[in-house]
Amino acid sequence: MEAPIYWPSVFFFLFAGLACAFALAVVISPNIVRMAFYLVLSLASTAGLFFLAGADFVGAMQIMIYVGGTLVLLVFGVMLTSQDRFISMKTSTFDLGVTGVVGGCFFLLLWYSALSVPGWRGLSIEQATAAESQLQPTATQLGMGLLGVRVDAPDHSGYLLVFEIISVHLLVVLIGAAYLARARRRKTLAVE
Amino acid sequence: MTPYLLASSLTEPVGVRHFLVVGAFLFICGVVCMATKRNALGILMGIELVLNGANLNFIAFGSPYLRQASESIGLDGQLMSLFVIVLAAAEAAVALAIALNFYNSFNTIDVDRADQLQG
Amino acid sequence: MAQFLIDHPFWPFTLFGPWLPYTLAALVQIFFIVNLVAVGALLFIWMERKVSGRIQDRLGPTRVGGKFGWLQTLADGLKLLTKEDLMPEGADEFLFKIAPYVSFCASLAAFMAIPFAGGDYPFVALHLNAAVFFILAVLGLEVFGVILAGYSSASKWSLFGAMREAAQVVSYEVPLGMCAVVPVLLAGSMDLVVIGDRQAGGFWNWYVFHDPGTFVTFWVYFTCATASVNRAPFDLAEAESELVAGFHTEYSGLRWSFFFMAEYGSMLAVSLLASILFLGGWNGPIPIAHMLGLTFQHGLAWGIAGNFLGMINLINKGVVGVTVMMWVRWTLPRLRIDQVITTCLKYCVPIAAASFLFVTWWQYAFPNGLILSQSPEGYSVYEHWHQHAENAPTTPAANTSAQNVKMLSAPVSAEAVN
Repeated sequence: MEAPIYWPSVFFFLFAGLACAFALAVVISPNIVRMAFYLVLSLASTAGLFFLAGADFVGAMQIMIYVGGTLVLLVFGVMLTSQDRFISMKTSTFDLGVTGVVGGCFFLLLWYSALSVPGWRGLSIEQATAAESQLQPTATQLGMGLLGVRVDAPDHSGYLLVFEIISVHLLVVLIGAAYLARARRRKTLAVE
Repeated sequence: MTPYLLASSLTEPVGVRHFLVVGAFLFICGVVCMATKRNALGILMGIELVLNGANLNFIAFGSPYLRQASESIGLDGQLMSLFVIVLAAAEAAVALAIALNFYNSFNTIDVDRADQLQG
Repeated sequence: MAQFLIDHPFWPFTLFGPWLPYTLAALVQIFFIVNLVAVGALLFIWMERKVSGRIQDRLGPTRVGGKFGWLQTLADGLKLLTKEDLMPEGADEFLFKIAPYVSFCASLAAFMAIPFAGGDYPFVALHLNAAVFFILAVLGLEVFGVILAGYSSASKWSLFGAMREAAQVVSYEVPLGMCAVVPVLLAGSMDLVVIGDRQAGGFWNWYVFHDPGTFVTFWVYFTCATASVNRAPFDLAEAESELVAGFHTEYSGLRWSFFFMAEYGSMLAVSLLASILFLGGWNGPIPIAHMLGLTFQHGLAWGIAGNFLGMINLINKGVVGVTVMMWVRWTLPRLRIDQVITTCLKYCVPIAAASFLFVTWWQYAFPNGLILSQSPEGYSVYEHWHQHAENAPTTPAANTSAQNVKMLSAPVSAEAVN
């Protein structure tokens, strides 16, 4: 007997495959601009995974801040420093090989440990359908959580202090980055 | 352990472990990227990948669809990943400012050339 | 639409599983969105020529297609199709080829989440809870295509244009986001359907007339939106008097036209977003549909008919927005890049922040509005917020999407077989 296809799983494998493939492309590609492009696609696919896991607000934030803000900033940096000799910087094959082997081993280890915990298996279809029927938008709850009131879990603590610290942190970063990157006369002219 | 077949996994819901494997892959890609790239901005991109892998784990552990709601860490996971995203933006801004400064003073963004402190 | 087909199964659909309504709804929605963008671009390019002509005391196109030159864009399109597809020698081939499509996809994807009418069965392809943020985020991605084009063309003009664009878009996202938050604050939801429905019942309920703060915010939003879609006076990325043609200097033929489709598409998208956030969305200035009884309370057919009227309403508002952008383009001179950044950081951001605070204070001081801006249900944000927090699972939006997922995952249900 043929079991019906569970569509969220299909979309999971689609987005997961895209995210992993483009992440690999980031590692392999020697060209910095192409790396940025692949990174955009990888992060956007990850946003798709966030949507699938029920984190709609975080997914939108990922696209807005990460892809739309951080990466545009990165690409901007690439443009500012784009001289031909920096666009493609070859890594030595030896380095890539060694890190590849070490990273691969580490990945296999993580894979094995992820699969070996019984509690991390998926739900059954009935349980998953039941969980989906209780789908709630998360934006309001997240906002309340940031203001220190936990609607979803009253016994958990709120995040007001963290929120404030991060706000101050952002302000400091803004000032610091503006100070670091302020325009100065370059002492030596670029020599080709 | 049952053999892991794509065909059978399409008919049942995915679990936390699937997300963890993807997160681990992104993480490893990021680490390899950080270790091998010579371009300062390439290293930054590696950091973004690492943070994203971590984020995916937070989301997976907080999701009510991937395991029993009583076991999941609830919205804490999503809040944590929000903080990670915001801090990643801040980190990128500062790192970019440092990279541009480096470029301005040394006329290169090859991190192997940043060896002045080596003596 | 999928929800509608599931709630009202009639004969041909009951024969197949739940996948048919979804496929059908997806196809219909794709058809409408693609056509809205493509036909919209045709219309807007013709309008741009006409408007610029009239503003410069010319006639504009008059001959092609009989009167008014209304087939001018089609002729342009034919010309573009037959052009040679050039690529500069030093170009990065892969990125050069893919860049226009990146821009176009970003601008097209924004339309997925824009509702064209509200009510029980909103006309929207993807009913998102965080629709406002999703649209702003996706529109922000358009800049990637431009940057890639600028870099991969291997031309100094293109690179300069792209760098200006990157600086401009990143700075203008800040005030744009701040302005978009104001209606979210008033409606107590980031769902565009809710925001639009909350402004029902006459133009005095529109958020732009809600209080002085929102009125200012609307104009700041419109300025920032113009800047973020790269229209004059903020079209630094393609400043033809300085940079030849900016980021698309090296493009020709069909690829070039994709950039233009993307530009006109995102112009329409930000105008539609402005209409929904501030100008009442699908609710007309005078609630005619409401007076005629074209609402979902009187029955499904009446509601759908009212929604069609609303859709016409919204598209009209969007077209007016685009026309105003054209009017501005042909009236004002282009700013310098430092002036563009100054406008953003020294004027738009502080004004947006101040009016955001003002609106917050206003909500606190007059939770039910002044005499005129009494919303139909007498909603206050506070009240709504609490309701929302308490019975979150029972809100219509939550139910709809939950059922969507359920239907997707369930095997062929007994109902459908019968």
